[in-house]
Amino acid sequence: MSSQSIKGGNATSAARHRRSRRRGWWWFPYLIVLPAVILEIAIHIIPMLTGIWMSFVKLTKFYIRRWNEAPFAGLSNYRLVLNVDTAQGQAFAHSFLITCAYTVLVVSFSWILGMAAAVALQKTFRGRGIWRTLFLVPYALPMYAGVITWNFMFQRDTGAINHLLVDQLHLYSDRPFWLLGSRAFVSVVVVAIWKMWPFAFLMLMAGLQSIPSDVYEASAIDGASPWRQWRSITLPMLSPVNVVLFLVMFLWVFNDFNTPFVLFGRATPPAGDLISFHIYNASFLNWDFGLGAAMSVLLLAFLLVVTLVYLVILRNRRDLYA
Amino acid sequence: MRETTGERAFRIIVLVVLSVFILVPLWVMVTSSLKPLQDVQGTFSWIPKRITVEPFVSMWTTVPLAHYFVNSIIVCTVATALSVTVALFAAFAVSRYRFHGRSVFTTTVLSTQMFPGVLFLLPLFIIFVNIHDATGVALVGTRLGLIITYLTFSLPFSIWMLAGYFDGIPRDLDEAAMVDGCRPFGILFRILVPSARPGIIAVAIYSFMTAWGEVLFASVMTTDANRTLAVGLQLYSTQVNVYWNQIMAASLVVSVPIVLVFLALQRNFVSGLTAGAIK
Repeated sequence: MSSQSIKGGNATSAARHRRSRRRGWWWFPYLIVLPAVILEIAIHIIPMLTGIWMSFVKLTKFYIRRWNEAPFAGLSNYRLVLNVDTAQGQAFAHSFLITCAYTVLVVSFSWILGMAAAVALQKTFRGRGIWRTLFLVPYALPMYAGVITWNFMFQRDTGAINHLLVDQLHLYSDRPFWLLGSRAFVSVVVVAIWKMWPFAFLMLMAGLQSIPSDVYEASAIDGASPWRQWRSITLPMLSPVNVVLFLVMFLWVFNDFNTPFVLFGRATPPAGDLISFHIYNASFLNWDFGLGAAMSVLLLAFLLVVTLVYLVILRNRRDLYA
Repeated sequence: MRETTGERAFRIIVLVVLSVFILVPLWVMVTSSLKPLQDVQGTFSWIPKRITVEPFVSMWTTVPLAHYFVNSIIVCTVATALSVTVALFAAFAVSRYRFHGRSVFTTTVLSTQMFPGVLFLLPLFIIFVNIHDATGVALVGTRLGLIITYLTFSLPFSIWMLAGYFDGIPRDLDEAAMVDGCRPFGILFRILVPSARPGIIAVAIYSFMTAWGEVLFASVMTTDANRTLAVGLQLYSTQVNVYWNQIMAASLVVSVPIVLVFLALQRNFVSGLTAGAIK
């Protein structure tokens, strides 16, 4: 967005001059952008179009080897998934709602924790670098290593969580299951927040560095409290960061496959049946790829609509203030 | 500037709570990797009763961890090198030229970030299988297939960030170099690349970490021959015994190098984000 405007402003005599000198090189930008274009088309665009095609055929296990002979199914895959009277439709709707709740919780808690940490580390004090480094560890850790550790901690008989809650704090009389039943939702949310909030911290910390400190000094002379400073300086100055951060976190968390996959393995509890994981299981356990593709297309359509609405609302708001 | 008591209290509470949240799993990982198998199969204890390095020895034989390690290192290094190179060229074009389809290109590349992985996982698998049948180039079950796939995952972010970085480098430098007879490639490699070093390092770290931690495609595209750590680590729990001490030891060993590299270069990462993403 901003790069666009810079470009528009710079289209002066210098740019024209440059372009004329490079007239013999007109093909050059196309040449150097080509590898990226080919890769994107080969690995993202074509497979995505194939996926959309797959959602309209009956690609069950009988046609896996001869997938190009699979019969056309029209909208029947979609009808099955969207009909809440069928078992598949019900499971899909349930998974969608679970994922919405999961996304809201993970994104908002990650943002709150990341913001709290970034503000707490905003002013220099002794040992600040150590905290900053420590807070980035879960982000740098390979995701599966962290989640496997949580899996171990949530084990009913040998895990650290039940040892703390049952043996040490005596909060439960019976050892609860954390990876089965309804508590699985709590577990997967906690693990996802643990993994995600350092990213919010990283982005917000980077954003805070671009706020000049004399703004704070001036407002402190005017007697503004730290809370007031945060609300009137920090938050508005960070809004460009927040716009990107919320969108990126939303897309990542909503599509999250890794956390439930590594945390639950093959035994999926319904309470932790996040949508990507649900689609994966529907495709690879039941060998119904047409149905899986239809669900993926619906997921993509949902993400697309939310993203567009988000961007349009932001643009309107910006126009209002501009 | 003086700090109020409230601010100090806020800072201490936030730092303590978040540190505990982060450190508990790390503590569990480190201490459990040093326990004998018997002790991780009974009730958990925060402090190990007995300490042994045996898990760090036997983890290499329970599953062929060294083999997975080599696979991961090769796949991630090559994918990162290629991804950064491709992104450098594309970002150079986006930042310094106005060409037909420029905005279509940037929008499309960015929007691929929102594609659910499960949507193109299976089609990609089928396409790879067909390429194998048609040309004999094996892409499923080989490192090549993983490299090609992974290098595209970090591409959108890398292009976006590097283009942002290049935009911040004054064009006067390009002009001056051109007067001195620099060709476009010379501008890229003699002017832009040296000035954008933190951005390039940040992008390289990001690409490497993305590939190192990828699970979904690895779980479908790998066989014994090209299995990466992301999938290999889960094989410990399919054994008859669940060797939690070895799993923790292996998790620790696969994490330490990448965490150290990230933490050593984190300044580049933060300044890369500031220049590229946040403008």
